[in-house]
Amino acid sequence: MTPSRILLWCFGTLAILFLMAPVLAVLPLSFSSGSFLFYPLPGLSLRWYADFWNSEFWLPALWNSLKVGTGAALVAGSLGTLAAFGLWRAEFPGKSLVMAVLLAPMVVPAIIVAVALLLAFGPLGLTNSFTGLILAHAALGAPFVVVTVLAALQQFDAVQLRAASSCGASPLRAFLRVCLPQILPGVAAGAVFAFATSLDEVAVALFISGPAQRTLPRQMFSGLNDSISLTIMAAAMVLVLLSALLLLAVTLLRRRSP
Amino acid sequence: MSARWKAAALVAPLLLFLLAVFVAPIGAFLLRAVQEQDVAPVLPRTVAALSDWDGAALPGDAAFAALAEDLREARARDQETSAGAVARAAARLNADWPGFRSLLPMTARRIVAAEGPPRDALLSISEDWGTPLPWGAIRRAGGPVSDFNLLAVLDLKRDAAGDIAAAPAGEAIFRSVLWRTLWIGGLATLICLAIGYPLAWLMATAPPRWVPWLVAGVMLPFWTSLIVRTAAWMVLLQREGVVNAALQALRITAEPLPLLFNRGAVLLAMVHILLPFMVLPIYGSLRALDWRLPRAAMSLGASPLRSFLRVSLPLSMPGVGAGCLLVFIQALGFYVTPALLGGANDQMVPYFVAFYASRTVNWGMAAALSVLLLVAVALVVALYGRLVGFGKVRTA
Repeated sequence: MTPSRILLWCFGTLAILFLMAPVLAVLPLSFSSGSFLFYPLPGLSLRWYADFWNSEFWLPALWNSLKVGTGAALVAGSLGTLAAFGLWRAEFPGKSLVMAVLLAPMVVPAIIVAVALLLAFGPLGLTNSFTGLILAHAALGAPFVVVTVLAALQQFDAVQLRAASSCGASPLRAFLRVCLPQILPGVAAGAVFAFATSLDEVAVALFISGPAQRTLPRQMFSGLNDSISLTIMAAAMVLVLLSALLLLAVTLLRRRSP
Repeated sequence: MSARWKAAALVAPLLLFLLAVFVAPIGAFLLRAVQEQDVAPVLPRTVAALSDWDGAALPGDAAFAALAEDLREARARDQETSAGAVARAAARLNADWPGFRSLLPMTARRIVAAEGPPRDALLSISEDWGTPLPWGAIRRAGGPVSDFNLLAVLDLKRDAAGDIAAAPAGEAIFRSVLWRTLWIGGLATLICLAIGYPLAWLMATAPPRWVPWLVAGVMLPFWTSLIVRTAAWMVLLQREGVVNAALQALRITAEPLPLLFNRGAVLLAMVHILLPFMVLPIYGSLRALDWRLPRAAMSLGASPLRSFLRVSLPLSMPGVGAGCLLVFIQALGFYVTPALLGGANDQMVPYFVAFYASRTVNWGMAAALSVLLLVAVALVVALYGRLVGFGKVRTA
């Protein structure tokens, strides 16, 4: 190896260490038997996980997150898949403008969405409700579904749809029986992206949801704002495990797609 | 039905959904930046009486009479419905002319019992009514639209004659907040590029058996929730946190260092959170690069540096552009991380949007700041479209 390669490897390893170390360094604190946020640990225990499990807001916050994330993934996944299929099928007037609207939630700062939805959802009774939060998170996750499904459709040969229709299949049947099975890994990956977007979202949840819809990230944000307890580290561990599962799911889905 | 219309019909549900829960709410919110809804319903006659006033001398007796009548009526209505309309109008007027927050409610309270001609009654309640300043503020806030909030976020305001002038030094904070936002965002982007390009290069050129490990090293943090990574930095950097405890145990410092609630902590966490958004697009374009080209350049006598600068780097520019765009745009919108890790002087535009929306319930200012932020984002997106083009983005 040349000296410049060695230097590159050292730099790259340090960069990966910088990415991985902060989270890996603090997660073991959640197994502490004491209540300090530094090392060495006075002993090991699961008391902070017991606290997470028994408290009246942490476990419900986890369920709320899973509920909202699933709802948002279903809404974004179904609408996003249909839209991606339509975008892929044919050119139509104003397509680039439509595309800009569909992808806009990716670039508009979350705080603007949060305040705008607080104002718009208030009179409709959608603030402090699961429906409102699911709709908002579905809007934020939909672009990821559109992009992922469009990528999956690039691998799909449109001739198969013509073959299906010449064999007598209706367009719906051709889509469901021929196209969907082949792009399903992409659809599922898009839905996982939408779920992950919802699971990570703080600003909108902070502004439009009430105490009954507290999600896990929102609960962590309020905890970090007042005083940091080690229960937050236990919650962080739960979120990290969930994210790792989602990453694993997406990686497996990517491998299954052609 | 033609294929076009069928395709459009498939896109329609998501398009309508996003128009309803995303585009329309944001549009309605942004309109609040120019709408004036607080003063005209409380002082309708005064606003009408001031419409042909020159703004230089005091307005005529008609305006004084209108104000007295408006305030009597508004106070009676407020007492009946406890709607607090006078207080809302006072808050809006106070933003233009400090002093209104007490002047308007006090005048409304005392005018009920006052006798004699309206001009004398108002002047006996407060001498402020004898200057053009409060009258100018009422006229500017009369609506239905004004540029008051949009000028305010640029540290400008209109004087009594209606000319645009610089805002007084005490109120002029928003330009510096905007520069700070752009500066922090730009710095985070540059640091991400400086770390991200070599890392992406390593990922694209490493022996195949190492590649999955390097990719996992970038993807795992990428998927870890933003709030978890922010929490990790808080726990590491706080006064009684991991880093300070380690420094003291190693006897490097005697006292805990103030590592949290400063610009450095915000930048560190932002670079940490945004770095994967830089690495992945660059890695994507480097992986798609035809590596025979730089080798051909070198076999034709170019030095490795020259071959990099003239061949590999230009070919990876779509990835660099996409990475910088993604990082900079997200950096401009950062709210949670600076709110938790930064001090008072490290807050960016999104913090002030949240501040005006939740603490002072000043929708006009929240909307005007949002317009400012969205214009900045749109300019960056347009610049990217001009320089790189949207069709060329490849992600890993």
